[in-house]
Amino acid sequence: MNIIVCLKQVPDTTEIKIDPVKGTLIREGVPSIMNPDDKGGLELALRMKDEFGAHVTVISMGPPQADVMLREAYAMGADRAILLSDRKFAGADTLATSYALSGLCRTLDYDLIIAGRQAIDGDTAQVGPELAEHLGLPQITYVADAKRLENGNLLVHKENEDSTQVLEVEGKCLLTVLASAFEPRYMSVAGIMEAYDKEVEVWSADKIDVEETKLGLAGSPTKVFQSFPKAMKAPGELHEVSEEEAVELIINKLKEKHII
Amino acid sequence: MDKKDYKNVFVFAEQREGVIQPVAFELLGKARDLADVLGEKVVAMFLGYGIKNQAQTLIEMGADEVIVVDTPELKDYLSEQYSQAVYQIIDARKPSIVLYGATTIGRDMAPRLACRLRAGLTADCTKLEVKPAQEEGFMDLHSTRPAFGGNLMATIVCPNTRPQMSTVRPGVMQKRERDAARQGVVTDFAPNFDTSKFRVRLVETIKADKSVADISEAKILVSGGRGVHDKEGFNKLQALADQLGGQVASSRAMVDNGVMPHECQVGQTGKTVRPNLYIACGISGAIQHLAGMEESDLIVAINKDKFAPIFSVADLGIVGDLHKIVPMLTERLKKEMAE
Repeated sequence: MNIIVCLKQVPDTTEIKIDPVKGTLIREGVPSIMNPDDKGGLELALRMKDEFGAHVTVISMGPPQADVMLREAYAMGADRAILLSDRKFAGADTLATSYALSGLCRTLDYDLIIAGRQAIDGDTAQVGPELAEHLGLPQITYVADAKRLENGNLLVHKENEDSTQVLEVEGKCLLTVLASAFEPRYMSVAGIMEAYDKEVEVWSADKIDVEETKLGLAGSPTKVFQSFPKAMKAPGELHEVSEEEAVELIINKLKEKHII
Repeated sequence: MDKKDYKNVFVFAEQREGVIQPVAFELLGKARDLADVLGEKVVAMFLGYGIKNQAQTLIEMGADEVIVVDTPELKDYLSEQYSQAVYQIIDARKPSIVLYGATTIGRDMAPRLACRLRAGLTADCTKLEVKPAQEEGFMDLHSTRPAFGGNLMATIVCPNTRPQMSTVRPGVMQKRERDAARQGVVTDFAPNFDTSKFRVRLVETIKADKSVADISEAKILVSGGRGVHDKEGFNKLQALADQLGGQVASSRAMVDNGVMPHECQVGQTGKTVRPNLYIACGISGAIQHLAGMEESDLIVAINKDKFAPIFSVADLGIVGDLHKIVPMLTERLKKEMAE
């Protein structure tokens, strides 16, 4: 079984702060990490590899720095790593990104593609389903469990707000998975040693099956009109008082607002 | 593609097991605002099986027309079945705007459709407006959404393509008052399914535990964070919530450590809530949490740390020990209610 896992290197958004004066993001010193849902996807692929043997290829699109993340994937147990990196991809929205990734996937042999549900910087959850559509594959999103059946089909749990759907999918497909369902393994010591001798293949746009007009900014129907820090509302009252007084203040406020 | 051919604001009216979801009404409310500015119509796409008799409800909630696809293939939501039907409606009717709920259904289907239509899609929007486009004679949809974990807001436009599509976060837009006198048209639509593409089969649906009430519907929430410490701490919050006729919610920290179930989580990766009263107990107020609750009408925060960011959104902030204040408040309310 050949599995492709899509990975994205993202800034750790829990570490991002806003400059209170300029109102801009402070990105300096913010670590780059493997997107958590994608890491869950890699873990699922590696569990399948452990269970019945699989060849796991990790792919990513991004700047050359993403090399570090792909080596981390090697150290966890991936077999091959390809980084799609080219100025022609710059400014891509989810449609143009998924199109470029589909061009890469078409040049590879695969039975299953796994992606994370969403990336913590964009939070769109769109690249996975769009990649599936470009490749004409069925998709299952919000995956919390996936097992291979005797007949070769996959039995997959999709987590909805109010239910879990148990779905059986036949043939090649794409899954987008939840980090919370697949606690990732640590890199092994031997894996870390080997990761630095392995090759991360860097591919340019010429190497994949795509039309150039559909790449990057030009291939992106969505444009960022503006971005701005979230408006903060005016601060309310703050009291540092005894517990008795605190209770009084709360009771009076609830009465004032007709809640009690 | 000629942009001039695209007209009207379409809404995907999501139903589950025959129950129209609240987000469908919220989208109709917003679509009504947008369509009134544009001088266009609001059209609901209503898909399922055995649902047609509910089309009138969508009209009363703001739709001018309801396109109904009522067929056994659409009994349960499946990506390909629903995508084919919605694609064929959009292809035939050419809307200028299409809105979906940012639910596990909307966010599964909308990107497939965006790709099939080569249309722009903006995810998980919290604000929608139509404004004059650079190109004369056109109006663009401005979709605003949080990015970078809620640290930044971004407004997205699709100046060159139609339809303009967005998924919209549940609990953010306001639904209209139901108007039983509203008139509208109900249109049947019969898609031609390519069943060779149906390769996912629903084996079974396991319902989530219904004893956990939906916090996004609650009028009063007493919410706890790391400062609550444990289950015992949450019992104090529960007693206060019971006294107020509200429910208990949680920050992500207390879900990640297993004290509270995921259904109770407020924030960027949990639920967005806007109750009449939100009492934040021992919650420091990470930006991801604030994103899920800052629209609440009245926010009361209790925290030991007077520099906690939660106080920046609180209407009333109390620097103190929730483990003492919450039980005292519960007792005091008991007396108040008895009087």
